[in-house]
Amino acid sequence: METAVKKIAVLSGKGGTGKTFISVNLASIIDNAAYIDCDVEEPNGDLFFKSKNIEKQEVFVKIPKVDMTLCNGCQKCVDFCKFNALTYLPNKLLIFDKLCHSCGGCVLVCDKKALTEINKEIGNIYVGKSSDVFVVSGKLNIGEATGVPIIKQLFKYELPVKNIVVDCPPGSSCLVMETIKDADYCLFVVEPTIFGLHNFKMVLELVKLFNKPFGVVINKYSEESENNIKYFYENNIKIIKKIKYDKLIVEMNSSGLIVSRMFPEYKSLFTDIFEEIKRFI
Amino acid sequence: MKKILVLSGKGGTGKTTISSALIKLYKINAFADCDVDAPNLHLLFNDFTDYEESNYFGLKKAVINQEKCILCGLCLEKCRFDAIKYDKRYSILLHDCEGCGVCEYVCPAQAISMNQYVNGYLRLYKNEVVFSTATLKMGSGTTGMLVTKVKKQLFDNVSEKEIACIIDGSPGIGCPVIASLSGVDYALLVTEPSISGISDLKRIVKVSKSFNTKIMVCINRYDENEEITKRIKDYCNEENIFVVGEIPFDSKVIEYLNMGKSFIDFDGKASIATKNMFEIIIKNVGI
Amino acid sequence: MIIAIPVSEKNLKEDVCVSFGRAPYYYVLDSNKGEGSFLKNPAVDQPGGAGIMSSQILINNKVKVLITKSCGENAANVLRAANVEILKAIKGSLEDNLTAYKTSSLEKLIEIHQGFHGNRS
Repeated sequence: METAVKKIAVLSGKGGTGKTFISVNLASIIDNAAYIDCDVEEPNGDLFFKSKNIEKQEVFVKIPKVDMTLCNGCQKCVDFCKFNALTYLPNKLLIFDKLCHSCGGCVLVCDKKALTEINKEIGNIYVGKSSDVFVVSGKLNIGEATGVPIIKQLFKYELPVKNIVVDCPPGSSCLVMETIKDADYCLFVVEPTIFGLHNFKMVLELVKLFNKPFGVVINKYSEESENNIKYFYENNIKIIKKIKYDKLIVEMNSSGLIVSRMFPEYKSLFTDIFEEIKRFI
Repeated sequence: MKKILVLSGKGGTGKTTISSALIKLYKINAFADCDVDAPNLHLLFNDFTDYEESNYFGLKKAVINQEKCILCGLCLEKCRFDAIKYDKRYSILLHDCEGCGVCEYVCPAQAISMNQYVNGYLRLYKNEVVFSTATLKMGSGTTGMLVTKVKKQLFDNVSEKEIACIIDGSPGIGCPVIASLSGVDYALLVTEPSISGISDLKRIVKVSKSFNTKIMVCINRYDENEEITKRIKDYCNEENIFVVGEIPFDSKVIEYLNMGKSFIDFDGKASIATKNMFEIIIKNVGI
Repeated sequence: MIIAIPVSEKNLKEDVCVSFGRAPYYYVLDSNKGEGSFLKNPAVDQPGGAGIMSSQILINNKVKVLITKSCGENAANVLRAANVEILKAIKGSLEDNLTAYKTSSLEKLIEIHQGFHGNRS
């Protein structure tokens, strides 16, 4: 009997709460796991894994190409395009590929068959290994409009693993939605400050919309911050772990070291988190 | 009026905390929160209760008129974004719909139309200060446009007599950041001494430079990793970028923040370093 | 020669609009005939590519000279491809700029910015 691959999405709403710290360390302690970095604008996970034998795959989107010998200047394509990616000048059709959303509409409306589609590279995905963890990262080229096609391709990559930890982008935009759509569990990383709590509430809505089982880890915890996490107790939201702020760990992490591979107490801490998640997936 | 944008590249470096400190130190009367995905600046100013709110409409989205639909399925076949689903009838998945209009075009029964959709809300607080902000509905795109509207709302409501305004930007390098960089004079990049921080700093510097914005860098929590702090300073030196401040880690900052107070109002190592940075910025910006 | 200047209100004494692609109106003047009118700009609320749509409209109206405070790179590419001259507006009203144009005192616009890129993230 085959068990489907389980995907754990690690998200936070606010940036800098420790999503990458948590996802990298979680993936490191799980047997037979992969780590996927969906923060395609600023992918940082592999700075920790320093993976080897990296395979690079380009990510393409379709953009239109015009054959001016067939174009009669009717401007139907210009009028149709909702993103203003086309302009018509006498004897020239200008195509703005950074604005193009690859909908294929201009090709459909052209009566003269003057438009066809070609591939344009918008970024890459990288697949490597660090010990026994498969490390998959997506990177968007600077200036490109959207990272969604990269995230789609990241999830299409076949991985011979049982568990996948997905490092989500910050915020609650369409990029985040794309990332958690097919997750089996959502792990929130919350910073116990007014900012952290505010942004948690925003992204909680998104997770509830998709009806995903979820849990919360409080990162950078200290006794003084207990006041800020009353919200979770009041709303019956389970806090799986409170990770104490530790200056040494901050320094190790800021240097790109994977603390669960170095300190047994952190290995146990992340193992406990995984045990709790396993109950739901 | 000088326009100062605060950016970070990486999230969580302290951008909003520093923006709010600058706003208080300068006694700035005009500021905006352009981090429309996760706006936080308003949390630091308790006296904002009265505001004007307006709807923000992004791209139109498709809607299927079930009475006209002949169930041919051509829309689902042509949609490139998997935004149409079939479950006894055809319907649009609004969160996935990109508003391209292909389904409207191909439908043989004219059963599909493109409708206005509220993607977020703009808010304007206007009393002794003018504060412009907005929030995007979750799952939405089109953040660059909303950022532009937040800035425009600020500039439209502020008198030219104001010496300076501060714009709290968003993390990343995507189109909301590009939209916020347009037309600003100075960008203060707040970074942290970690490998992620320095890697993201380099990307955001590249983006900022293409706008000819005058760049300044602040290294926040510099003592969390002095080796990387040194690497950041070397990099800024090579790129001719002015490092205007190095702020030490100070647990008091978060404590005061959580009490709704500004760390600037109290003495402490972060407070002193930030005030020094403020003096340097004033001289550099010329206000 | 047909000249266009972006403006926020339909008034010759109004200052030149700070934005090109999202200016509410363009004042379009046929310098030979001395006839001018205000053209409404449909691109004003476009989420993305406003500069491109505005440029297309000016080109469709046979504009050959644009006097503006700023211009994004997408719009600049379109205008240059159509041989439209882009001049830098001086501080002041439409009238002031038209006078400056007639006395050939306007310079070319050099700083082209990257544009607002107002489409999805």
